[in-house]
Amino acid sequence: MTSPSITSTRSLLRTLAPVAVVLTVMGIALMSSGYVVTVIGFAAIYGIFCTGLNFFMGYTGQASFGQNAFACLGGYGSAILCGGLYWDPLPAFFVSMAFSGIVAAIIGYPTLKLRGHYLAMATFALGLITYEISIEWVSLTQGYMGYSGIPPLGVGKFELVSEKHQLIALTVILLVGIWISTRLRDSRFGRALRAIAGSEPAAQALGVNVARYKLLAFVIAALYASAAGSLFAHFIGFISPEVFGGAMVVQSFTMLYLGGIGTTWGPAIGALIVSMLPEFLRGLKEMQDIAYAIILVSILIFAPRGVFALIGGWFRPKAKEGDAP
Amino acid sequence: MSASPTMNASVAKSLLSVKNVTMKFGGLVANDDISFEVAEGSIHAVIGPNGAGKTTLFNVISGFFPPTSGAVEFDSQPITGLPQHAIAQAGLVRTYQLVQLFKDLTVAENVRVGFHRVTKGGIAAALFRPGWAKAQEADLTRRTAELLNFVGLTAQAEMKAEVLPYGQQRLLEVARALAAEPKLLLLDEPAAGLNVQETDQLAATIEKLSARGVTVLLVEHDMSLVMRVARRISVIDFGRKIAEGTPAEIKTNPDVLAAYLGGTETDA
Ligand SMILES: Nc1ncnc2c1ncn2[C@@H]1O[C@H](COP(=O)(O)OP(=O)(O)OP(=O)(O)O)[C@@H](O)[C@H]1O
Ligand SMILES: [Mg+2]
Repeated sequence: MTSPSITSTRSLLRTLAPVAVVLTVMGIALMSSGYVVTVIGFAAIYGIFCTGLNFFMGYTGQASFGQNAFACLGGYGSAILCGGLYWDPLPAFFVSMAFSGIVAAIIGYPTLKLRGHYLAMATFALGLITYEISIEWVSLTQGYMGYSGIPPLGVGKFELVSEKHQLIALTVILLVGIWISTRLRDSRFGRALRAIAGSEPAAQALGVNVARYKLLAFVIAALYASAAGSLFAHFIGFISPEVFGGAMVVQSFTMLYLGGIGTTWGPAIGALIVSMLPEFLRGLKEMQDIAYAIILVSILIFAPRGVFALIGGWFRPKAKEGDAP
Repeated sequence: MSASPTMNASVAKSLLSVKNVTMKFGGLVANDDISFEVAEGSIHAVIGPNGAGKTTLFNVISGFFPPTSGAVEFDSQPITGLPQHAIAQAGLVRTYQLVQLFKDLTVAENVRVGFHRVTKGGIAAALFRPGWAKAQEADLTRRTAELLNFVGLTAQAEMKAEVLPYGQQRLLEVARALAAEPKLLLLDEPAAGLNVQETDQLAATIEKLSARGVTVLLVEHDMSLVMRVARRISVIDFGRKIAEGTPAEIKTNPDVLAAYLGGTETDA
């Protein structure tokens, strides 16, 4: 074993490096034009979504293709409560979250008894159903046209009118989300989740109530997704069914695997990279999509466990190979 | 009061009672009306040729699946039909014939998961880390080191479990099961894949455990290990219990010899 002081310096570095990356990106965004702010804001929102999804897909090792459903609930919850009923954003945010959590618990309870492909299909159906509802229930959601006139984030009379102020709020919320994820990962609770990912029979045999922990991970993921949906609604001021469609699932999977599924900072780092990359490649004109694909594939080839796992390795002596970042 | 050793054995409390357990897979009767008792503090072995139904019996006892008929009692409580995690919570912990490690976790983390049953704390404790939760984690670090030392895996503590050679993976699985502080430990072929020294170490470990008061129920093909550690042996052949007794009795039992000579077993 390495001496405690070396270990703690390394673990401090490992903690601070990603914080520095995120803060630098946000700092640059704050000094840039409105468009960059929007792009980075999206990245932060996706970072929150993916950090939540990581509880279920990363730590617990389950598949969900329908987490966009809960972003949809959060988004429309905040839109309707604030835009239609003139609630304050904060209570609307938490009420939508609670509602999403309850829906996740009710749907997850029977669904999570399924495994593998069946679970994937059931969750995929969930995403499709909320998508259809958001289109068809026009009186509530305004259908295809989308819901506009959603106020920006704020508390009481104090509104975060400028996008830059909102970006600061998004960054703080993202960091809190990652902090929670980090705390939960290295605990009895987090170890139980990761045990399930490793071997369900072994986890059961050690007294881990697998069904219960899967459900908790699913609900946590839904809470994060709901928060991301609400924040999107406030940040853009407008939502439509397409925002929370199937593309969101594909996008978040790319971020999760690219950044490092099952790691603490990977999902957020992945969200930053995937959101910013197209902007850097804009100059390439029609070659842009090809370059984007080539870069994503090469990252996955050279860092199969994600960018964060790769970087985490630099701060770690070889003997500590297994120590998760 | 002084009682003879044989009297003691019959008086000793039974920790596990298997009562007329039958397990059918379609037309295949994997366990056929099996009954036996495991005395508290004993080391009890279940032996039999390949495919005799030993793992199936373990699966029934540990609640991996319920029996077709029959009942299991643990610590005087009926446990038939309870979910496996609940049976484990009651103190009946098992290992698997095919190693089931948490491959992405380190060796030390694998053992830490083992403490799940004997620790507490959920989401709130993880988030706010009150004093008792921190003390608990510190305690786990110490006890994990102790257990790894006990099975001789101290040097591998920070490696990922999947990089261990097979023999060490088995030892890790035993260490992890011990972390759960079982009252009854079920080991399914723990010596499979171990070399002579490792088997020796395993035998010593099982004996030390027993001295600490853990009751052990063991399926094993390695007869020298069984004869060394077991106090009592049940023999299963084609799903039926054909004999039970002390190692000395089993060695000379004609039915057992016939089963092994006629069975697929070659190394016994
Ligand atoms: N889940 C199952 N479904 C169907 N058949 C099964 C199942 N589990 C075991 N069997 C069958 O039950 C019989 C007993 O198998 P079991 O694994 O219990 O034997 P065993 O005594 O543990 O053998 P070994 O010494 O090879 O481990 C075998 O014929 C096996 O094919
Ligand atoms: Mg077997």
